[in-house]
Amino acid sequence: MRRIKGIYDWLEQRLQLEGPVKDAAMHPVPRKTASWWYVFGSAAFTLLFLQIVTGILLALVYVPSAGEAWSSLNVLNHQLELGWFLRAMHGWGSNFMVAVVLVHMAQVFMFGSYKYPRELTWILGVFLLLMTLGMAFTGQVLRFDQDAYWGLGIGASIISRVPMIGGSLVHLLLGGPIIAGATLSRFFALHVFVIPGLMLVFACLHVWMVLKLGINEWPMPGRIVRRSTYLQEYHKLTHEDGVPFVPVALWKDAVFSAAVVAAVAVCAFAFGPYGPSGTPDPTVIQTVPKPDFFFLWIYAALAYLPPSLETPFILIVPVIGIVILLGLPFYASEGEKSWYRRPVAVLLLCIVAVSWGTLTHLGTFTPWSPHMDAWSGDPVPPRYLHDATPLVRQGAVVFQSKQCRNCHAVGGVGGQRGPALDSIASRMTEDQMIRQVLQGGGNMPAYGKNLSPAEVTALVSFLETLHPSNEVPAVDASRKEVQTSQANPGPELKK
Amino acid sequence: MSYEVITKNEQQESEKLTVSRRWLLLKFGIAFNGLVGLALVTPVIRYLLSPVKRDASYKSWIPLGPVKDFPLGETRLATFVNPFRRPWDGETAGVACYVRHVAARQFQVFAVNCAHLGCPVRWFPQSQLFMCPCHGGVYYADGARASGPPERGLFTYDYKIVDGQLHIDAGQMPTLSNTAKLVKIGNAKGNYPCAG
Repeated sequence: MRRIKGIYDWLEQRLQLEGPVKDAAMHPVPRKTASWWYVFGSAAFTLLFLQIVTGILLALVYVPSAGEAWSSLNVLNHQLELGWFLRAMHGWGSNFMVAVVLVHMAQVFMFGSYKYPRELTWILGVFLLLMTLGMAFTGQVLRFDQDAYWGLGIGASIISRVPMIGGSLVHLLLGGPIIAGATLSRFFALHVFVIPGLMLVFACLHVWMVLKLGINEWPMPGRIVRRSTYLQEYHKLTHEDGVPFVPVALWKDAVFSAAVVAAVAVCAFAFGPYGPSGTPDPTVIQTVPKPDFFFLWIYAALAYLPPSLETPFILIVPVIGIVILLGLPFYASEGEKSWYRRPVAVLLLCIVAVSWGTLTHLGTFTPWSPHMDAWSGDPVPPRYLHDATPLVRQGAVVFQSKQCRNCHAVGGVGGQRGPALDSIASRMTEDQMIRQVLQGGGNMPAYGKNLSPAEVTALVSFLETLHPSNEVPAVDASRKEVQTSQANPGPELKK
Repeated sequence: MSYEVITKNEQQESEKLTVSRRWLLLKFGIAFNGLVGLALVTPVIRYLLSPVKRDASYKSWIPLGPVKDFPLGETRLATFVNPFRRPWDGETAGVACYVRHVAARQFQVFAVNCAHLGCPVRWFPQSQLFMCPCHGGVYYADGARASGPPERGLFTYDYKIVDGQLHIDAGQMPTLSNTAKLVKIGNAKGNYPCAG
């Protein structure tokens, strides 16, 4: 024991860290901030370190070369002891980190923490969020598989839409004319050196400011932030009703951080590593690329935007979003912090969360994408062909072989790009169906050139049978009139 | 007493002098660093920007194979190796494209990349359509846009036939910035990609 004390004293005499560390640890924080709501920032910091450690361990094996990366990931997955687990920890750690950072941001937004004097803390936080997303994207690229390859293609296609310099930006992003070795090398540099380096600096400054300015107090309705009085009031709050940060607040941070790391480990163990999926071979085009979870909402938004709005939207909206986030602490640096008195803020957060959730949910099953294998893989339900005439059966064959199924579900199976056709006959008349098939429209290609008249007749007679048994098929009201009037000419015609 | 005062004043005076001289030296030091830094950084910017080239300098004529490999009236997937490959590119040096043999010496060579966001479109000969798995862009056999989010038809490569071999002018990932040449169409003339 004495020896340990001796070593400690020797080190302390030279480092002189005891004073500052003690000050930081014992500084008083408002009593109510020792709350479970205040644990997300420290958890994000813990996850950052988890990512650094697992990242370094992976870098011992990973080969950042377009020709070798994919096989080195498979060696990690299958041939090295616990290589799969470290990949899974890193992948799930990234998911948890993005989630925790977002929750942290929502919490500090709700608690009005961005107000005076913590504006810069918020701004650095916005950059930390952007860098976290940047790490998630570059990390997905380093998992150099089909999804990574085509994900880069989507990135390049988005950037190419920048007016004037779009082409040059694509060259810079890819490191050349195509997605290849140079692309992976530069994403490796970004993911391993540039962004993490900046993140560490920003995260340390972020924490430094939290220590220097004090943790945001628990918002109370009616406690207004004013530049002239805030510092004094906060000082009073911490010194009259404060508790030392260690151990009163820190124990909750510690417990939550440990729980988050444990959750990452459990997910990693239970669900395993992400990919890699197929080889990054651009000549293999039988692929359905999809971004990772946290970019699904962008993927969904890009499917739903009208074409004319797309380029302005993807180039302008992110900039506006970031400017709003950065400008927020200057726009609302004083005033109420309590969510009871900030209905607009609460509503805004709800709208953003619900939109994000909806788009992400849609992104998980992509109703806008054709199911490329539905035509050959999903049979027409046999019950639809009971007692069917040969013509109707022929129509079902046309329906499958012409890939209609890729976009239209029948019996709950098939693409969702177009409407499900189980009750199409009760919605559309025969003539309307023929017109729709031949001319397309409403987001359907025209099949006029690709179907013979016989095929159209067969197809439509099959579609005519698709209606619930308790509903009659739609008919053109005038047709019956014409038929009857042709059969029995009316009195006017007889004359 | 007065002696002491004088020495103190003198000391302060001399300190002020030294300090200002040192400040000047520091400023010189900073300026010198700035100068050296600038001299070093300028060429490094050129290093960083080296991938940025004119589109033409990335393109060259690449043989896709003998014309007889592409039957008349059919659309076939062809692959080639990017002319600007590096030894460590591995499989990513490969590129795929669709060759449509329209008439005797008339072809259309499409990039596999969807004109929307670059995903690989798939050819369905039965329905004569290209479909994109990402956001549902669909194109007709001649590359014209049929439906979905793309604003234009498929990107095409220029081609020529030399000694019975089909050559295309390629080398770059086609995107809206380098391939989109919007053409105003005359009435009922077609001419994809079109601006109207």
